[in-house]
Amino acid sequence: MLLACLLAAAWVSEVRPATLAEGLPRVGEYFWKILPTLRWDTLLAGSEAEGSLASWFYRLDSWAWLLFETANMAALATLLGAGAALLLAFPAARNLGAGTLAYQLSRRGLEAMRTVPEIVFALILVWAFGVGPLAGILAIALHTAGALGKLFAEAIENAPRPAWDGARAAGGSWPQACRFAVLPQVAPNLLSYALLRFEINLRSASVIGFVGGGGIGQELYTVIAQNYYEEISAIVVLILIAVAGIDLLSERLRHRVIGAMGSA
Amino acid sequence: MQGAMLELQGLTRRFGATAAVDGVSLAVPAGQMLGIIGRSGAGKSTLLRLVNRLLEPSAGRILAAGRDVTALRGRALRDWRRDCAMVFQQFNLVQRLDVLTNVLLGRLAHQHGLRRALVLLAGSFGAGERAMALAALERFGLLEVALQRAETLSGGQQQRVALCRALLQQPRIILADEPIASLDPANARTVMDALRQVNREDGLTVLVNLHHLDTAREYCDRILAMQAGRVVFDGPPAALTAERIAAIYGIPEADFAAEAEAAAARAAVA
Repeated sequence: MLLACLLAAAWVSEVRPATLAEGLPRVGEYFWKILPTLRWDTLLAGSEAEGSLASWFYRLDSWAWLLFETANMAALATLLGAGAALLLAFPAARNLGAGTLAYQLSRRGLEAMRTVPEIVFALILVWAFGVGPLAGILAIALHTAGALGKLFAEAIENAPRPAWDGARAAGGSWPQACRFAVLPQVAPNLLSYALLRFEINLRSASVIGFVGGGGIGQELYTVIAQNYYEEISAIVVLILIAVAGIDLLSERLRHRVIGAMGSA
Repeated sequence: MQGAMLELQGLTRRFGATAAVDGVSLAVPAGQMLGIIGRSGAGKSTLLRLVNRLLEPSAGRILAAGRDVTALRGRALRDWRRDCAMVFQQFNLVQRLDVLTNVLLGRLAHQHGLRRALVLLAGSFGAGERAMALAALERFGLLEVALQRAETLSGGQQQRVALCRALLQQPRIILADEPIASLDPANARTVMDALRQVNREDGLTVLVNLHHLDTAREYCDRILAMQAGRVVFDGPPAALTAERIAAIYGIPEADFAAEAEAAAARAAVA
């Protein structure tokens, strides 16, 4: 039964064994092509020498700057998105009674922002703001707001209820109760979600340049389109290193934040 | 009865077909300490929540010093809630916040306009309010735990913090909903003493739900007994004899206390 479903799905999505068998070697071929030609004797020589590391990464300075720009794009987009998510998550939490209109508007709004992929937002925003990081940042921020907003709202729904009643019974207004009775209880959770999202956004920011959203992706797109094979692999290696490094850093930060807030 | 601190007229709250509070009429003069007793589900808790307007009444009126507060909304409702401070069985503190900030939450309804917005954004209260909070904490022997998180405190301490928060509202009435049901006897005594203290020294009107008849007799000027949402006894503690209890509830007083205690323990676990 499962096998039949699988076969049907493959047929519908045009996954043919023949095409697969034909194409697979070409994947390997591509990787072979983008591999740099390094030579042991000149490996550590200057960028003029054929086969040296320096000649493989001969544009390291401008790539490093683009990577830095990409990381900044991810950080800014995460900050903007998390800010918007925080504002929308309170009315979108089912149990805080924000009123039907505010609840529906925020819920549907978050859904819309979450469902549209970053690339689609970027395409629209590039048309509006022109090619460059601004469009990429806004596109990622929009998607982030939608994705984080849902997680934030769920965290808020799980916050202990008595504190809310306590603040409301003391004459606290709805925003005051959100700020003082809910936010302190969910803050570590929200921060951890936002940092996790930063890691995801770093990867998004690396490819958003494909559609003109700025960052290292734009450069990657150019070298792929122009078949500068060795530069492709160089950039991919750089992205891998940067993403892995920031992943590691952010994970440490996240655990430290949770630890500090959990025990203080 | 004009001029009563709190007057209820035919106050009713229905949940579906059942009336949790059924036509309660009552006048509480200023400065009285009123104990409300009854078996679990008698409507004591619903009654206090109706007065604070955490629940909306199905019928009847609530008057505070002659003013109708039954249908207040927005700012006027928040001002009324500030005037009748709630103390809950589960303390209802923000567990991850420090004690001082928890007490300062009693000031929320006193802030208006720009200052309200600033406190909301910055999350820090004014020096005058902090001094008030510290004075309240010192009064109940909690000064040394002021900067600890609420969750690190014992139940008795948390309930006194909740009482400090209530006092910072500068209320005229305190509504205490089973304030000692989750506490051991020693802590229960300190909390009841504190309630008596604010009743006698600050002249606050206190309505307190209790399940121990002995406690009600010892601390209250007047006792109200409820059964199935209705008031079945209203009078001085001396008039509420063991015979009256047996006549009202159909069980001896010892059984009544044991049953109420079991119900409170269930509520505390839930």
